[in-house]
Amino acid sequence: MTWLLVAVGAAVGAPLRYLTDRLIQSRHDSVFPWGTLTVNVAGSLLLGVVTGLPTDSAVAALVGTGFCGALTTYSTFSYETLRLLQDGALFYAMVNVVASLVAGFGAAALGLVVAQAFG
Amino acid sequence: MSERVPAPMDADVDLHVPAVRTQLRQSPWPVLASISAGGVCGAWSRYGLGLLWPHPAGGFPWATFVINVSGCLLIGVLMVIVSEVLPGRRLLRPFVGVGVLGGYTTFSTYVVDAHKAVAAGVPQLGLLYLAVTVVGALLAVWAGTVTMSGLVRWRSARVGER
Repeated sequence: MTWLLVAVGAAVGAPLRYLTDRLIQSRHDSVFPWGTLTVNVAGSLLLGVVTGLPTDSAVAALVGTGFCGALTTYSTFSYETLRLLQDGALFYAMVNVVASLVAGFGAAALGLVVAQAFG
Repeated sequence: MSERVPAPMDADVDLHVPAVRTQLRQSPWPVLASISAGGVCGAWSRYGLGLLWPHPAGGFPWATFVINVSGCLLIGVLMVIVSEVLPGRRLLRPFVGVGVLGGYTTFSTYVVDAHKAVAAGVPQLGLLYLAVTVVGALLAVWAGTVTMSGLVRWRSARVGER
């Protein structure tokens, strides 16, 4: 049953990452990977909330492992950073790493605090 | 010798690539279904590895570390395959890159695990984990592209000899 919940969450999370990235790129022509940064920060916020709430394992599997896990990505984040480095955009590459870490870590902290305040 | 196509900037979506820009125009469902199916495969692999390799509170999250670093190695390999070995396969990148590897690797669990290390009283481990994963992931994606590009060049040189 848990495997099924993980699958349902991932089946929604992965295409949502793709659609979000497309939407952001179509409105914002930039070499900076705003789309991936957005999904990674949003997913970290949501996983912070799910982790902070006294939820049962079914919600954790569906929303946490499945949805947030598939919505966020490390492979695309590191590939985009490598491409920025290869193109000589050292500054953008460093900003991407620092911003993803600070914003992702901060968003997760916010999610945890919100969950503990209202959970 | 055909002109080398520059590698895309984004492994998920790069709207500067015409084939990606029009990817959803004819019928979006094959692409979205491939991403969904790939995402399920990737998430299951991640979930399974996490069950096999749990870490105690305050311990180093080895499973997620290995997942993220290996996923980065594989996206490096894949992106060379997509742009140089098998260009024009419409569903290869959505299924394997966006779906499987995107669903397999995770950013959210990575940052939340760092918070858990802080909560467990070992903030040094949290910081170490954040830093080691970034460095490992970047080295892995670089190693993946360099190795695969080298293989492609070696193969085309051998074909050229004949």
